Amino acid sequence: MNDELEELYQQVILDHSKRPRNFGELLDAIHVHGDNPSCGDEIRLDVKFGPDGSVADMKFTGTGCAISQASASLMTLKLKGKPRAEAERLMHNFHTLVTSDTEPDTKGLGDLVLLRGVRKFPQRVKCAMLSWRAFEQALGEGGAVTTEGE
Amino acid sequence: MVRAMTNNDWMKVRADFPILDQQVNGKPLVYLDNAASSQKPRSVIAALAHYYEHDNANVHRGLHELSSRATDAFEGSRAKIAKYLGASQAEEIIFTRGTTEAINLVANTWGVRNLRTGDVILLTEMEHHSNLVPWQLLAERTGAKLRFAPVADDGTLAFEPSLLDGVKLFSFVHISNSLGTINPVVELCRAARAAGVVTLVDGAQSSGHLPVNVRELGCDFYAFSGHKMCAPTGIGALWGRMELLQEMPPWHGGGEMIVSVTYERATYKQPPHKFEAGTPNIAGAVGLGAAVDYLENIGRAAIFAHDSELAALAVTRLGEIPGIRILGPSGQRGALAAFHAEWAHPHDLTTYANEHGLALRGGHHCTQPLMRKLRLPGTTRASFYFYNTTEEVERMAEILRAARKFFDR
Repeated sequence: MNDELEELYQQVILDHSKRPRNFGELLDAIHVHGDNPSCGDEIRLDVKFGPDGSVADMKFTGTGCAISQASASLMTLKLKGKPRAEAERLMHNFHTLVTSDTEPDTKGLGDLVLLRGVRKFPQRVKCAMLSWRAFEQALGEGGAVTTEGE
Repeated sequence: MVRAMTNNDWMKVRADFPILDQQVNGKPLVYLDNAASSQKPRSVIAALAHYYEHDNANVHRGLHELSSRATDAFEGSRAKIAKYLGASQAEEIIFTRGTTEAINLVANTWGVRNLRTGDVILLTEMEHHSNLVPWQLLAERTGAKLRFAPVADDGTLAFEPSLLDGVKLFSFVHISNSLGTINPVVELCRAARAAGVVTLVDGAQSSGHLPVNVRELGCDFYAFSGHKMCAPTGIGALWGRMELLQEMPPWHGGGEMIVSVTYERATYKQPPHKFEAGTPNIAGAVGLGAAVDYLENIGRAAIFAHDSELAALAVTRLGEIPGIRILGPSGQRGALAAFHAEWAHPHDLTTYANEHGLALRGGHHCTQPLMRKLRLPGTTRASFYFYNTTEEVERMAEILRAARKFFDR
């Protein structure tokens, strides 16, 4: 069997793509719609920020490949409850993990490091990053939420 | 008559395509993305090289030797294409960049001249974006409306003559690149003609795959791309009935298309030159002529028979894999099989295939509205040409069976 494929589609990733966690919608949340028009991947990400700007709750729905679905599922598990600064740090490190030859600080990424295999498939980076770009968008809005909370 | 081609003959034909003899990711390349673009035989590549090494110059205006050779080669290709399509005269062939530009040409000339508010443009639900978006733009500009002949559950066109009520133009695909459906062009054009409706056939998937005679088809326009039929990219053509071409206003203005020009106005040449402003893709046209020669030598009936055999085998093998649903008609189909696999997304499947040397295409295949109608995020498509072999179809099936085990674990 092909090692790069084995690394890309690890059991945990396939499991998350078939049984995504935090799959659903949140009321009274910030909604972000993200898509990869060329692939047809789509995501709706709902994020609730706490008064201190931390990620209080997060759910997503959408359709897409195993990489985009697993990345979204793992992201929601990891970011829920994280302070804003920590969430931003993880986002930055995850981006480095899937795009760079240099190893990022993987502390706190947990199972997300399993998506490291994506770096060998440059065409699939956009799949792995879709939910994160949606989260980044939500953070922009979230900034306003944080200001109100202070 | 279909010349009987033996397996040995087909292997000799395959050897004309140097690109096929290579490894991808350590495995022999199996190229099954021919509906997107075909490979090129040595004779076409040699024609390009020969043109640039011996005959290259601008066409039509030069009085020197190279210009007349380039002009002869360019116009010679036009004559070959006219004969290939059964056109009445070479002047009915307008060189374009491909199918897309040919359709845009009709929309921007015939369409702008003839369509008014409330007129209807009839399309089908299985159109490629290239035979949809130009008409959306035209509708926006003229106030015309779009109507769509539905696709039935079995992937065939659910056409009925009442769809033609109020229609000025009916533009439809000959062979669907997403479903493989071969539309009954003769019947559709006859119905349109009886209703006084002008027809355009999108021949992107048919021009290199089966015998096409535009007069027998009975259409008014036929658009195709060279690169899907062994010619270079960036060249294709529009065939149109001369009486329609003569009435159409020019589209692009510039050199080559004029008779005389003052600072205020210009008079235009007759078709086809009226529609070919600027220096054309001369080498591309020469390559397209060489591709026509190459295909004619094999014979399009033989190509169609071989393609059909591969597509039928693919449908059989895919049908044996659990969780795979094949799109398109169950009977005769074009040289492709697109499918939905419930155990893997098209992009995961094509990534997997590529790691095994197999080139498939995954996605919406430029038919987003059709995918939405079918409630599919996209499909995986294997598309064939005459240089593919039954062994390659078997290899594809083997890789997909392994893919199922891999993703369904």
